[in-house]
Amino acid sequence: MSQSFDDISAQLKRRHRKSARLKWISMGALGLAGLFLVLFFADMLVKGLPAFKQAQIQVQVDYSEQASQLPLAAVNEDVRSLVSRGYLRLIPGRMEDNPDLLGTTRLEWVLADGQVDQYLKGHHSKLKASEQAVVDRLVEQGRAELRFNTTFFTRGDSKMPELTGIASAAMGTLLTLLVTLAVAFPIGVMTAVYLEEFAPDNRFTQAIEININNLAAIPSILFGLLGLAIFINFFGVPRSSPLVGGLTLALMTLPVIIIATRTALRSVPESIRHAAFGVGCSRWQVVRDHVLPLALPGIMTGSIIGLAQAMGETAPLIIVGMVAFIPDVTTSFTEAATVLPAQIFTWAGEPDRAFIEKTSGGILVLLTVLITLNATAVVLRKKFERRW
Amino acid sequence: MQTNQILAMFGGALLLLGLIAFFLGRAKASRVRAGGTAMQAQPDQYAWFAVLSTAGPALVLSAVGGFTLLLLGAEIPTLYLLVGSLLVACLGLAVGVLMVRPDFHARQAIERVIRFVLAGAALISIFTTLGILVSIIGEALRFFQMQNFWDFITGTTWNPGASFLEAAGRAEEGASAAQFGSVPLFAGTFMITAVAMLVAIPIGLLAAIYMAEFAPTRVRTVAKPVLEVLAGIPTVVYGFFAAITVAPIIVSVAGFFGLEASFNNALAPGIVMGIMIIPFISSLSDDVITSVPDSMRQGSLALGMTKGETIRDVVIPAALPGIISASLLAVSRALGETMIVVMAAGMRPNLTANPLEDMTTVTVRIVAALTGDQEFASAETLSAFALGLVLFVVTLSLNLVSVIMIRRFREKYRVNNL
Repeated sequence: MSQSFDDISAQLKRRHRKSARLKWISMGALGLAGLFLVLFFADMLVKGLPAFKQAQIQVQVDYSEQASQLPLAAVNEDVRSLVSRGYLRLIPGRMEDNPDLLGTTRLEWVLADGQVDQYLKGHHSKLKASEQAVVDRLVEQGRAELRFNTTFFTRGDSKMPELTGIASAAMGTLLTLLVTLAVAFPIGVMTAVYLEEFAPDNRFTQAIEININNLAAIPSILFGLLGLAIFINFFGVPRSSPLVGGLTLALMTLPVIIIATRTALRSVPESIRHAAFGVGCSRWQVVRDHVLPLALPGIMTGSIIGLAQAMGETAPLIIVGMVAFIPDVTTSFTEAATVLPAQIFTWAGEPDRAFIEKTSGGILVLLTVLITLNATAVVLRKKFERRW
Repeated sequence: MQTNQILAMFGGALLLLGLIAFFLGRAKASRVRAGGTAMQAQPDQYAWFAVLSTAGPALVLSAVGGFTLLLLGAEIPTLYLLVGSLLVACLGLAVGVLMVRPDFHARQAIERVIRFVLAGAALISIFTTLGILVSIIGEALRFFQMQNFWDFITGTTWNPGASFLEAAGRAEEGASAAQFGSVPLFAGTFMITAVAMLVAIPIGLLAAIYMAEFAPTRVRTVAKPVLEVLAGIPTVVYGFFAAITVAPIIVSVAGFFGLEASFNNALAPGIVMGIMIIPFISSLSDDVITSVPDSMRQGSLALGMTKGETIRDVVIPAALPGIISASLLAVSRALGETMIVVMAAGMRPNLTANPLEDMTTVTVRIVAALTGDQEFASAETLSAFALGLVLFVVTLSLNLVSVIMIRRFREKYRVNNL
């Protein structure tokens, strides 16, 4: 029995429908991944953007003799519970720095308590009904409003949500990454140059190559264990310091830089080397004067991407103790410090709901920096990429 | 402070000696050349050689000296060591300047030193691996001296609670003996990894198929970097997202179906981890699929297969080693992932097959063991290294298998850019 043409064409139609279905399903998968990304960023923006605004209220600040002893006395009783306690504590210090203030009374915009901030942003707050009434009245009079949160960028960590900031973590990140760059960049480039330009193809070279590929795939937390056992316990590098964090991250970044540099070196055509050898350069002269300058954009791109990765890394830094509570901005390589991701981790663990906003705000800052770094890398590559 | 100053002075002195070496060497070389003798190298090269012979041995001596000091724990003052190094530097300077002779190949000598230094830099990556091995194995061995290896591998109760009392010599005060049975931790790890893979492999693979076979070039050039953004987001951010946004959603969805879910359920970190891993799978699979030779597609289409059938029956089977390799790499990454599970998974070791319950993982326990204020020699702290050792062995084997698979694929189709 032979099939009729109708049957065959119906079968063909089915087969083509199946083929089209695969196309739509796979397109859907890509769309789903994109949707996750959009949802994620939307969620972070919604949660994090309010962190850049902070409630301030206008109150009479009475710089009396009494206030220098008992800061609570500086503001009137009816708004006392609405003003940030941490801010009040700073008043005696300010009076010491600026003796003219003594005895004056000024109408000032001061930082409001975290609960007032949450109330004004429409979140759940622990304010009593009477306090809420006072805040409502102040808002009507234009004496309470949300203003740009400079504290968030100028102060370090604090247990009071209205006084926390990312400044100490940002400085810690900067110091840590400086150490990472200073260690990983030269060693990484030297290793790559050796493997690409100098090394004979023998067992030793192959061992190094396999090893580098493995290092790139080892879980980051194991680098933390290495940092703890070798750097802290054996070499005695101070715990929690940018030095130990930077060294640990450097070992993690090393494979990234090596692999990127090797790719960049490989893309420099052989003819350049032949020409340089032809005019009598030694191998090192060829590399230094011809190959490295041509490969530099690729090396920079790889290093920036490696640094961006290191910047977002948290797990190994927790192991070497960089989750410390750092209220002041320190600029020392050997004192305890924290980094942006670790700060985010610390805030995420705070029970106070106001910290969710701060955490998301910190995340937005971190993501902005990371995206900027990666975009710089892409621009560098686009601008200096040469096709031979 | 004292050591800092000594180090600064040492550095300054060495710099000065180096400068002296450079100018003495160059002056002598220029003089010899001005005398009309043909020389093997340029004056600057002689000068650089003098600098190298001044600073090199001195730096090596001080580094090796410092290292042995640390290793032996001996308290010889750094001052003597550095003064000794400076003497060696002076000696090196004299040798370096004496070597400025017409028949001396300064350039080749520099070349040899540089090759040596570069090889030394390459060795650092080997030392890193060795360092990881030594530190983890060393501490893990100390742990296994305290605890039975079999109990660790097969035990089903993880209760390190009282171990720090034992370390403090107060074992009797602890309510119960510490138990280090790691099975619940591995069960939790594999559960979360499995959830992550269920999310990542289908989405990642299908996205790769779309990008490699269907998408117009314009979509492809946009979609690939956008997907890579997912891999670039720090894990601590994903952890926060999983704990604050995804976990409550799962709890309420489960509640809608009448199921009880913990806020630290294994599903939330698993799903978010899967999202993070999508680009790993899609990117590598995409590369593999595009490098399947076109002749195979042409052959299949010429026989009358539809595009979908070609992909399913020809392209994917051919690319399978690469896809498996990508998936293994992804599994290895998921096993070692720390921040997402630390923030979103539970702390309680729990042996269960229900992903809605809270479970803990190997990495969570490593972090928990090392962040408390604990005596370093206590069994709980050391257990982190034992867990780390297992993690290292598992991820290393996964990576090796993955490398072997991709190599096989490359050799079969003679692809060079993978």
